[in-house]
Amino acid sequence: MQLRLRTLLATLAFVMTPGLVFASVLPEDRADVLYHHYTGGGVDINGPSVLVRKQVGKSVSLVGNYYVDMISSASIDVVTTASPYDEERTQWSLGVDYLRGNSTLRLGYTSSEESDYDAKTYSISASQDMFGSLTTVTLSYAFGDDLVRRSDDETFEKPVQRQIYGVGLTQILTKNLITAINFETVTDEGYLNNPYRSVRYFEPSEGRGYRYEQELYPNTRTSNAVGLRGKYFLPYRAALEGEYRFFTDTWDIEAHTASLTYVQPWKNWTFTTKFRYHDQTGAHFYSDLFPRAQATNFRGRDKELSELTSMTLTLKASYEFLDDSRGWGFLKKGSITGAIDMLGVDYHEFSDLTAGAPIGEEPLYKLEANIFQIFFSFWY
Amino acid sequence: MNMVNRATARLLAFALGLVILAGCSNIEPWVAPYERDRLADPIMALDADPVSTSYVQHVYEAREGARGGEGAVGGGCGCN
Repeated sequence: MQLRLRTLLATLAFVMTPGLVFASVLPEDRADVLYHHYTGGGVDINGPSVLVRKQVGKSVSLVGNYYVDMISSASIDVVTTASPYDEERTQWSLGVDYLRGNSTLRLGYTSSEESDYDAKTYSISASQDMFGSLTTVTLSYAFGDDLVRRSDDETFEKPVQRQIYGVGLTQILTKNLITAINFETVTDEGYLNNPYRSVRYFEPSEGRGYRYEQELYPNTRTSNAVGLRGKYFLPYRAALEGEYRFFTDTWDIEAHTASLTYVQPWKNWTFTTKFRYHDQTGAHFYSDLFPRAQATNFRGRDKELSELTSMTLTLKASYEFLDDSRGWGFLKKGSITGAIDMLGVDYHEFSDLTAGAPIGEEPLYKLEANIFQIFFSFWY
Repeated sequence: MNMVNRATARLLAFALGLVILAGCSNIEPWVAPYERDRLADPIMALDADPVSTSYVQHVYEAREGARGGEGAVGGGCGCN
């Protein structure tokens, strides 16, 4: 681990060498105030997210984000094996970008806290523009240090450590087409299952035909993902974007995710429509119904680890009420955006036990959820 | 774990190779700066709304078994 970190830092130092630089820019100064609301499957989550970015001097840009999830959950997992609960998660992020010539070094820190889960993430990345700024290469590394607790057991405390390695390349191919490719490897080590969740196993002596026992995951997980995207400027001032991601991990989950986005501006409005498709296989230790207690070394019944297909339709409209010709004090530009994501998930191996059907004849569970966002953005 | 080390080493070597290429080559930009007005249009931004993008990515990571590869290093989350 130490050797790998030293290798990475040495690489980053090399990327930052002044001899390789040309000219680049820092991200724009902007502030966003967002309110989000998720509703579906017996779960309501809402809260604010505020992001502020400000340049300091010519070479440094600071960014901060405050994000809250207020959760009210009576999901299918909760109603079948536990009691509905309310929870709040608060997340803080701070970051700094340092620009030198055509290289940008970014440092970041994120802290997420809820009553039974703490997560801290430290990240570093370096980007280099090259070939006349047609190409940007980014190397990134992040270290996550989490603590899992139980709300009903003060002595329960289990660590999780996570390392994220990323390499990205953004490439301008023509005067109308920009593309990007991103690789990401994530390794987790520690207590990876949910301390509250159970698996069910066949038990003929029970009236309903099954019993529950606690789930048990492997202590390690390594995943690899490669994402491709391309965005094309259409002749009549509109944009079409395609994305594809292939994912695979050591739990035998293999996923394909693809999306198509169309952006159409009209006067002060910008309309965006997106369709996203995701399909994945299940984890090797997942089962909707195990044949007996402790049937396998590892066992899980988290529906997110089941074989599933999800589809999302996104509709978004943005209205620019301040622009260069109608600035307001120090504000150069301002917009308001509303978006709805309509999400549907078909679980291919997760039964809906609330249906009351005999064991083995339960219908498969389907999730339908709507995600609403409204946000103001200001540039200054 | 060795496979991860090898994969990471390959990725680093690939990125490093590109950086060295940038320093040593005389590749002429085939899209000149004055030809990039369309690419500079806000509708062509790969991440026009960062606050919204990170929120939506978090929603998907909590509801699907896949993660990463989307060009942003995410933070930890109590997704369990």
